[in-house]
Amino acid sequence: MSSTRGGVNNEGAAAPGESGRWLVAARGVYLSFSGRPVLKDVDVEVGGGEIVTVIGPNGAGKTTLLRVLMGLLRPDRGRVQRQPGLRIGYLPQRIHVDPVMPLKVDRLMTLVRRARPADVADALAETGVGHLRAAPVSALSGGELQRVLLARALLARPDLLVLDEPVQGVDYAGEAALYQLIGELRARRGCGVLMISHDLHVVMAATDRVLCLNHHVCCAGTPDAVSQHPEYVRLFGRQTAGAFAVYAHRHDHQHDLGGNPVHLQTGRLPEGSAKGRNAGEEGPA
Amino acid sequence: MMEPFLVRALLAGLCFAAVAGPAGCFIVWRRMAYFGDTMAHSALLGVAVGFLLAIEPMLGVLAVCVAVAMVLVVLQRSRPWLSSDALLGILSHSALSFGLVAIGLMAWIRVDLLSYLFGDILSVTAADLWLLAGGGAIVLALLAAIWRPLLAASVHEDLARAEGIPVAAVSTAFMLLVALVVALAMKIVGILLVTSLLIIPAATARRFARSPETMALIAALCGMLAVAAGLALSIRLDTPAGPSIVAAAAALFAVAQVQVRRRTGITPG
Repeated sequence: MSSTRGGVNNEGAAAPGESGRWLVAARGVYLSFSGRPVLKDVDVEVGGGEIVTVIGPNGAGKTTLLRVLMGLLRPDRGRVQRQPGLRIGYLPQRIHVDPVMPLKVDRLMTLVRRARPADVADALAETGVGHLRAAPVSALSGGELQRVLLARALLARPDLLVLDEPVQGVDYAGEAALYQLIGELRARRGCGVLMISHDLHVVMAATDRVLCLNHHVCCAGTPDAVSQHPEYVRLFGRQTAGAFAVYAHRHDHQHDLGGNPVHLQTGRLPEGSAKGRNAGEEGPA
Repeated sequence: MMEPFLVRALLAGLCFAAVAGPAGCFIVWRRMAYFGDTMAHSALLGVAVGFLLAIEPMLGVLAVCVAVAMVLVVLQRSRPWLSSDALLGILSHSALSFGLVAIGLMAWIRVDLLSYLFGDILSVTAADLWLLAGGGAIVLALLAAIWRPLLAASVHEDLARAEGIPVAAVSTAFMLLVALVVALAMKIVGILLVTSLLIIPAATARRFARSPETMALIAALCGMLAVAAGLALSIRLDTPAGPSIVAAAAALFAVAQVQVRRRTGITPG
């Protein structure tokens, strides 16, 4: 595949994931807040059609890195490059819309960009919340709101989806379904995905590349390679890290928002999440 | 037939309510009630500055409110160790105190302090009315111009920023707009009651609104109703006009809560 789009200087950046040219790339990014370094010499890039997940402890600079990559924050040193005309669909960390704001879902969808009603309906249907079009935003559950916001991001026909902890405030059943949806969107639209996740099990299953961040890049690479890395094991503990070997199994079904089993090809549930409901149906394949 | 002074008072009040409704909605949405209060308290310092420079008090108020708003913008950008509400508290009460001290020092001027603190709507002149109508039209036009980006920034700042909205510029523009609203309101309800006419009608309107725009419209109507009822109350019972208007607005708010709760079972909060 071609390495870069014409006219864009690649500056010797290493080739991104297997899928081709990068959409966004950062080299040697350094950023400090009031003297305290938050990002130290971070290199990262996301290719087209690639899912890159950033993991790391709380306060490791994950959200800051996302903001730098989107151009919302300017790094003290280093450079960030985005493909010219790159369209980014952004899902911030857990939006809260105050009930004092009378806002319905379809209005939220077109708050910044205008869109045809048909396109709004299509986008909502694509993320499985077509029925919520006239619902007040403040009454949505965590999972519903994330799906609405994902639909909103899709309206911009993004080349890159940037998701900051997309499953925060979503229950277990909804979590797996949401990750599955993200995977489907990537496959259908061919957009790159850059996300932050705390859910290590899912990360390891549904990600092309993992970036383990603790102010600096501890390790990066395929999920397999990262989970063997000593830095990773030190950061998350042997037990958590080792758990992947045990639980890196396939499920043949998932649960929808109502808790009903749904067959699927990809997606993982963390161990224990299915206990008490459909425990008999779970198990390593 | 209504007395001319009463007609002027009513028109002035209706003008201001039409402006305060939409502006007040953003105050409520953006949780800027305390900022509005700070602007209002700074107004007295503006009155003093107006006297000192022998200019129209409303211009003095506008200048001081804009200055205080800018100080706040700069302080907040510099990542202060004090929270925003502490900063507002310091600015608010020191501006009020400096204003009172300054007026006290100007011994050669006889100032009816009460009329500035609680308004003097019954003494609105024809010139005041023109100023209010013109200023109100400017505020509404500016608000309409920044409506869409300001609304996006009010729903979620980071999301709006990521989508290319100049959030800092729009927020600052709205702060200046509030300064203008406060300068206009002073004559009507006085600096101690300005924020009430911004917040109470907006809060009343929320219960009946299905979209941000209808909330702004209903808030304006609620404010107008409160002005008319408050003035009638003031004339009939010989009560102070500004506080009567605010009392009417509060009563309207309370009635709206009861109405809505009985009809839909929704409890506020």
